[in-house]
Amino acid sequence: MRRLFTDTLVIAERNLVRLPRAPELLVAFTVQPIMFVLLFRYVFGGAIKTPGFSYVNFLIPGIIVQNIAFGGFVTALGLNEDLHKGLIDRFRSLPMARAAVLAGRTLADVVTNGLSATILVITGLIIGFSFHTSVLEAIAGGGLLLLFGYAFSWVFAFLGMLVSSPEAANSVGFIAVFPLTFISSAFVPVKSMPAVLRAFAEVNPFTITVDAMRSLWLGAPAGNNVWGAVVWALAIIVVFAPLAVARYRRAAGQ
Amino acid sequence: MVARLSRMPRDPSTTADGRPALGPEANGSREAAVSASGLVKSYGSVRALVGVDLEVAHGTVMGLLGPNGAGKTTIIRILATLLKPDAGTARVTGLDVVADAAKLRERIGLAGQYAAVDENLTGLENLTMVGRLYGMPRAQAKRRGHELLERFDLLDAAGRATKTYSGGMRRRLDLAAALVANPPILFLDEPTTGLDPRSRLQLWETIEDLVADGTTVLLTTQYLDEADRLATEISVIDHGRVIAGGTPDELKDRVGGERLEIQLDDESRADAAAQALASMADEAPGISGDLVTVGVHRRGGAIVDAVRRLDEAGIGVEDIALRRPTLDDVFLALTGHSAESDDEDDQAAA
Repeated sequence: MRRLFTDTLVIAERNLVRLPRAPELLVAFTVQPIMFVLLFRYVFGGAIKTPGFSYVNFLIPGIIVQNIAFGGFVTALGLNEDLHKGLIDRFRSLPMARAAVLAGRTLADVVTNGLSATILVITGLIIGFSFHTSVLEAIAGGGLLLLFGYAFSWVFAFLGMLVSSPEAANSVGFIAVFPLTFISSAFVPVKSMPAVLRAFAEVNPFTITVDAMRSLWLGAPAGNNVWGAVVWALAIIVVFAPLAVARYRRAAGQ
Repeated sequence: MVARLSRMPRDPSTTADGRPALGPEANGSREAAVSASGLVKSYGSVRALVGVDLEVAHGTVMGLLGPNGAGKTTIIRILATLLKPDAGTARVTGLDVVADAAKLRERIGLAGQYAAVDENLTGLENLTMVGRLYGMPRAQAKRRGHELLERFDLLDAAGRATKTYSGGMRRRLDLAAALVANPPILFLDEPTTGLDPRSRLQLWETIEDLVADGTTVLLTTQYLDEADRLATEISVIDHGRVIAGGTPDELKDRVGGERLEIQLDDESRADAAAQALASMADEAPGISGDLVTVGVHRRGGAIVDAVRRLDEAGIGVEDIALRRPTLDDVFLALTGHSAESDDEDDQAAA
């Protein structure tokens, strides 16, 4: 067990050390989310009615949840690359804890997710976002965010090993997750959608998580959203972590 | 290069103390470094291995020679605990590759044809990471990394991301990574495929140094000259089985060794030339137009000898060359077909 812990840290470190050396990844983590925040705030913001909130307050929790769900993309790309470049073989020939390859990978995502969420919050604060709750609730929101991001790292870990190339991982992940984030309360009130979409959006884990974030950061009525979001995140982990592990065993064992 | 064959320092038939090498059925201390029996592995409907037996004595080099897709990589992957065989058993340093896999991984090093290093990390970071995954504390892993970089002539590039390395440098780093824990057994999957001749030679010398230090090496190769140079013993692999085995000399004897090809400047003197050269070989020289072919077992002096004989007979020579048997020749001699790579199998094994 100690071995699993230290090996996980070694792998996580390996995945983080490379970040500053891959400019395109750094841009994906910083510049791109800021760009989206600014575009939504200033291009769509004026046209979208969000009763009870200013649009920037409405937007920031939503866009941060969307952004963090995509944080796991690096995991999909990284694992795919490792599989095809023989690194997984190297790891598997070492007397290390086997689970550490995936655990370290997803742990590294938590760090990068925390980083990009912080950047987004700061950007939000600059353009008019403000917390309306206690420090404790705000921190709880941050924790929920990281948990949700962690859950999606496992989804992407699975996807990354399922497909044949990093490019395919990219497009499959995008096609699978992007609409999910849009048919939710992330950018517009669900009430504004046509009935069918609205029915979907109301049960979408993104909606539940975004609403939970709004209650933790803005003091919106929570209902069951916070617990609902935690349960969703845990459920995603419970389903996708074993799937990813099984896929890892299969992909690596060929 | 072939001259090396005759002065191969290691004789596989005896151990260091001169006693005959014993199989795994002998007492434990004399157990072979690697022994496999009846290994079978299929990928879906593709049968990659159909019953492989293998024995490698401690401190020797076993070369698995065969074309792409013959099953060489699958054998290495099973022995390196990456893959479970469908049937059969294998032991490496006395440990079962399935039952004792975790323990065995502390004793083996694996370097592959894909040069598995993280290209976003520096050379030193790569080796340090591997050391830590072997359970070393960070400082010790770093120290070991330094040692290896120095030994592999990579110290200047220690702080550079490995994506800036040349193919030869990457391959050396990959080999260094396999040596971090000083494993007594080293698996090398096509260690020089795709390297330029100079890097290739360098890598050969490194492998020879390792063997001189007592490492047991199992390597796969598609090149007869590589097996020639490095291997104490060769197993020829074709369609998932071992079709022949022996020392490089034995194998080359079966293939017919090297051939002297002499192009005469006058085709009509071919018979006279064949007569002059006849006593150089066991078999009668072959004639095809102005080309006379003589099988020679000893390379040393063959060309000089032939030229002298022809000169004495007053026969003019246009061109003369020693042709070394290739993998194709080996396969032709052993199987009657040339070394075709089996692409389907290869993909499954990849």
